[in-house]
Amino acid sequence: MIFLEQVIAILWKDVRYELRSKQMWTGMGLFALLVLVIFNFTFDLRVDNVAAIAPGALWVAFVFASLLGLGRTIAAEREIGSMDRLLLCPVDRKAIYLAKLLGNMLFIGVVEIVALPIFAALFNVPLFVGALLPIVLLSTLGIAAVGTLFSAMAAATRARELLLPILVFPLIVPIVIGAVRATGTLLAPAVNEPPWLGLIAAFDVIFLTVSMLTFEYVIEE
Amino acid sequence: MRNFAHLSTNNGEMYSRGTLSGGQVYPCGRPDTRPASSPFFLEAKGLKKSFGLKPVLRSIDLTLSGGERVALLGANGAGKTTLLRILVGLTKPGAGSACIDGLDIVRDAQQVRHLVGFVAHQPYLYDELTALENLYFFGKMYTVKNIQERASLLLDKVGLEKSARERVAVLSRGQVQRLSLARALLHSPHHLLLDEPDTGLDQKGRDLVEALLEEHTARGGTILFTTHQLERALQMSDSIIMLNKGRIVFQKKRADLELDKLQKTYQEVT
Repeated sequence: MIFLEQVIAILWKDVRYELRSKQMWTGMGLFALLVLVIFNFTFDLRVDNVAAIAPGALWVAFVFASLLGLGRTIAAEREIGSMDRLLLCPVDRKAIYLAKLLGNMLFIGVVEIVALPIFAALFNVPLFVGALLPIVLLSTLGIAAVGTLFSAMAAATRARELLLPILVFPLIVPIVIGAVRATGTLLAPAVNEPPWLGLIAAFDVIFLTVSMLTFEYVIEE
Repeated sequence: MRNFAHLSTNNGEMYSRGTLSGGQVYPCGRPDTRPASSPFFLEAKGLKKSFGLKPVLRSIDLTLSGGERVALLGANGAGKTTLLRILVGLTKPGAGSACIDGLDIVRDAQQVRHLVGFVAHQPYLYDELTALENLYFFGKMYTVKNIQERASLLLDKVGLEKSARERVAVLSRGQVQRLSLARALLHSPHHLLLDEPDTGLDQKGRDLVEALLEEHTARGGTILFTTHQLERALQMSDSIIMLNKGRIVFQKKRADLELDKLQKTYQEVT
């Protein structure tokens, strides 16, 4: 019970802080939109190739925008020294991880909600909200699970902006492949496709478990 | 069997004593020989710490009994802040050990966190949250009971009742420092470790802080603080320790010291 209360308190603090400072949401949202617009102009989109290009463009926009936000969540705490203060509290480190993960999912989720209709309009594709929801949810969970752990690791270094993508990108490749292919299947149904959603869910479980177990060692000296 | 009943927040009553079987306190496994009038203690033995190849602390031995206030003096880089960070559990010692009320600061870190309040050189507050929101948040982290009452009481005591709903970002440096002290006292810790607590405080702020610290030691708590002001060290402490290059080079009771003598010694040893 105390664990949950502390998770909610940290999450509440992060959301309130972000609502007032507006550091992440605006930057992430604008970045995602810019990527979608640039891709829209870069590719020669036709009816026959849109199903192959659009999912990739969507997930590149989401992944890049996510990394912008993921880099800030723990780095911002480190910069003002408040991470030390949080570590001084008798709080289970898993509660800190879980709260940061939920916060990251929320921030990325808001950006995705804003970006999805714009993506549908720019690429002239249907949204498939019901079918797309589990793909977006599970993929965002996987990206945020890895990103939260490695943002804690990168935040302790000087080259954090450079280090975070280098650490995170290789690990989330399976999730990105699964998300792109699963989204592509919605636009152009194919036969004999592997169960992409199941693959993403399996990676989520692995990443979440490893991150929860190792966060304590990453965050403390 | 260890009894951690004393770890719960008591919101200002006389601090209770942590005991093992039969009421005897065992500091990190050894029988306590301290008198019963000193229920709390902080003890460091042979603490060492290096950053890379540079030794920062070299075998520090330190003991604080309940109700005692100790000033830690030393030039920049003497190791004062590192010593405090080790004692609060933010930095792990390279060698040696430290016990707080019978609990090892490394092995029993989670329990020790309930016993210690820390005011660092940086305020460690969320500047986009209000003073009250900061206290509520940390109250939840320490599972403080009646957090609303406790936060209001502390804001009143540090003279910030009118600024309770103002964001920390708009508070002055002195007000932020007072709020930091309120946050450190929120969970009624037995031991206060303060890194230059006077930073940014005006005379009124100093008086308020002094009254709070007086109240803390009167309830049996201990205070270990660093300062660069020798006069303040004499005013606020019961004994004075000087660090130089990670070693304790001077240790004396305040009663045996006068300001000019202290200044002379400080110049000689640092």
